[in-house]
Amino acid sequence: MKHTISVLVENQFGTFNRVVTMFSGKGFNVHSMSIGETESPEISRMTIVTEGDDKIIEQVVKQLNRLIDTIKVVDLSGSPKVERELALITVYYQKGNRADIISVSNIFRGNIVDINNKSITIEITGPPDKIEAAVNVLEGYGIKEMARSGTVALKRGEQVKADKKELQQNIQV
Amino acid sequence: MKETKPVMSGAEIFFECLKREKVEIVFGYPGGATLKIYEKLYDVDFLEHILVRHEQGAAHMAEGYAKATGKVGVVLVTSGPGATNTVTGIADAYMDSVPIVVFTGQVPTHMIGNDAFQEADIVGITRPITKHNFLVRDINELASSIRKAFYIASTGRPGPVLVDLPKDVINSVCEFEYPEKVEMRGYKPNLLGHQNQIKKAAERIKKAKRPLLYVGGGVIMSGGNRELRLLAKENNLPVTMTLQGLGAFPMSDPQSLGMLGMHGTYWANQAVNNCDLLVSLGARFDDRVTGKIDAFATGAYKIHVDIDPTCIDKNVIVDLPIVGDVKHVLAELAAEISSPPKIDEWWEQIHKWQEECPLHYEKHDGKLRTEYILERLNEFTKGEAVIVTDVGQHQMWTSQYYKFNHPRSHLTSGGLGTMGFSVPAAIGAAFAIKDRPVISISGDGGFQMNMQELITAVYHKLPIKFIIINNSFLGMVRQWQELFHAEKYSFTDLSDSNPDFQKLGEAFGMKSFSTNRPEEVDSILEEMMQINDGPSLAEFRVEKEDMVFPIIPSGATIEEMMTKRLNPKEMI
Repeated sequence: MKHTISVLVENQFGTFNRVVTMFSGKGFNVHSMSIGETESPEISRMTIVTEGDDKIIEQVVKQLNRLIDTIKVVDLSGSPKVERELALITVYYQKGNRADIISVSNIFRGNIVDINNKSITIEITGPPDKIEAAVNVLEGYGIKEMARSGTVALKRGEQVKADKKELQQNIQV
Repeated sequence: MKETKPVMSGAEIFFECLKREKVEIVFGYPGGATLKIYEKLYDVDFLEHILVRHEQGAAHMAEGYAKATGKVGVVLVTSGPGATNTVTGIADAYMDSVPIVVFTGQVPTHMIGNDAFQEADIVGITRPITKHNFLVRDINELASSIRKAFYIASTGRPGPVLVDLPKDVINSVCEFEYPEKVEMRGYKPNLLGHQNQIKKAAERIKKAKRPLLYVGGGVIMSGGNRELRLLAKENNLPVTMTLQGLGAFPMSDPQSLGMLGMHGTYWANQAVNNCDLLVSLGARFDDRVTGKIDAFATGAYKIHVDIDPTCIDKNVIVDLPIVGDVKHVLAELAAEISSPPKIDEWWEQIHKWQEECPLHYEKHDGKLRTEYILERLNEFTKGEAVIVTDVGQHQMWTSQYYKFNHPRSHLTSGGLGTMGFSVPAAIGAAFAIKDRPVISISGDGGFQMNMQELITAVYHKLPIKFIIINNSFLGMVRQWQELFHAEKYSFTDLSDSNPDFQKLGEAFGMKSFSTNRPEEVDSILEEMMQINDGPSLAEFRVEKEDMVFPIIPSGATIEEMMTKRLNPKEMI
């Protein structure tokens, strides 16, 4: 089963490499790995999509925790989360099917970001399964090349029903 | 008024940090990238620098020193080849959780990546074999990096830490401030075990009918041998130890079942196989211990105490994990158990196994055998010596025949299985251990892997007893070739290619002995024990084709244990 693991790490020289080395050294699978700064510049967030049975995922989380540069490791699978991925897909078009491609892009709420006389580049953002679906449809037209960002994810905030009084106060303000 | 901090050079900061960490000894080898440090070392009087002959030797010496004392072993080498030569030692320390800090020189920061002379990306190379490592790119980070390195190496599950020191960083200056406390968001070793878990474990021990303590090196590292003894003695529990755990519980005590696993005793392995409660203490269910995982202690409720959470459920799924320092957990467990379990029947069964298949070797054919030498050595030293073994048959025989009665007295390369470990590790240990004999035992193969360090022992007049068990074979490999590889003795026969070990010892300036007669063993050992102003060497030319028994073949179950060499007739 696929798991999305969110890891806060020290934004330091070699940290990314440490995580990658651990994954390859232990023989763990990696589907995607993305890293970027967080709200505080000395901390980066890595989002790792990995696959394995429960025993392996338990080891992945423990081994990540064991690294000195990791601050917090959370397996987001099973908890409410927002997952997004960005893909840039360049598709060949022929006479007559350019509009079809653009309409596919529209269905997936994609943006056309580049076009020339042979191909058209679409930017699509969304959960990984949406990207998969878009790729699946666009493959029929002939994909020239594709770049995917890998998944980024955050836990959803806790849903608390707003207090009526509070609401009214807010309206008054 | 603001306090002014002293301005110091990188080299001065380096030594000031070592002083604050109470480092007494450094094993090293100078080179281009560390010249500035060695220049400063000339004036340093609070520590002893030991010049080795090969950087691998330095790493193993630091390991031997750390294993024998529990303190952090320190290595100082230059960049490039100096650094890469320590890699085997670092990997060894990583596998056996030995606290060492390795300082490597590095080319100046602006030349890193340029394929400069004697450049190697040692931080990249050692990332998977260190607990952590540092490339100090700014002199302002030097003191805090060294402080962290010692802290990380010695706390939690210990391990090697490498600090890479570029030449320009060492040459520059900055204000010196030594951080009193180490604060790392990502590293907080958990010391205390979970109270409820400990209570549950105590209940289990109280109710057990066939309990067994399975003790690993973690008990020795945490200094928990007294607590272990208390728990075992008060509750009359049988104790079996791993290779690294030997000495955690006195082996001459009748409650000790000796070592378990591939070459463990028959009764220890039977006990593991038949127990209803297995309490693992600072051990990691290594494949050499478990054999076939699916058949390992299948009927037992398993409790696992370890400070490293990654060890839990890694190889064997356990029923009750306790993450914490094993010394603390042992003390609390002992306090928690009010009434000892009733296990007289269990002990009867264990004694039956002990009689059924005792350790055995041929004593009456007049040939010299390793087992005999070890029995005599045990007799001479009363189990009080520090024995440093290499890797192979002699190592396994030592674990079977030498009765280790103290922790930190059996030093060996377990996890990595590094041939060439014994000679330098014994030297490292001998710098710290002065009140007990330090004895290095190697095979003829492994001895030749780091024998250049003999001169280090001779120069420093260390009274180490170097024993070479010479069977003119890479014995353990030969044993596997005979048992599992169609008797194809491919490249394991050294009969025609070994040096004259006695002359070799003499060339290094050691009193040296050589014999193949059992009746001469006592007199040689006795004479060696008298030599205390320097090392001595003895070559014992033993029976060439002996094998270590019992043996459970790799990945097999206890039913497949071989206890003696099969007679060809029996095989048909």
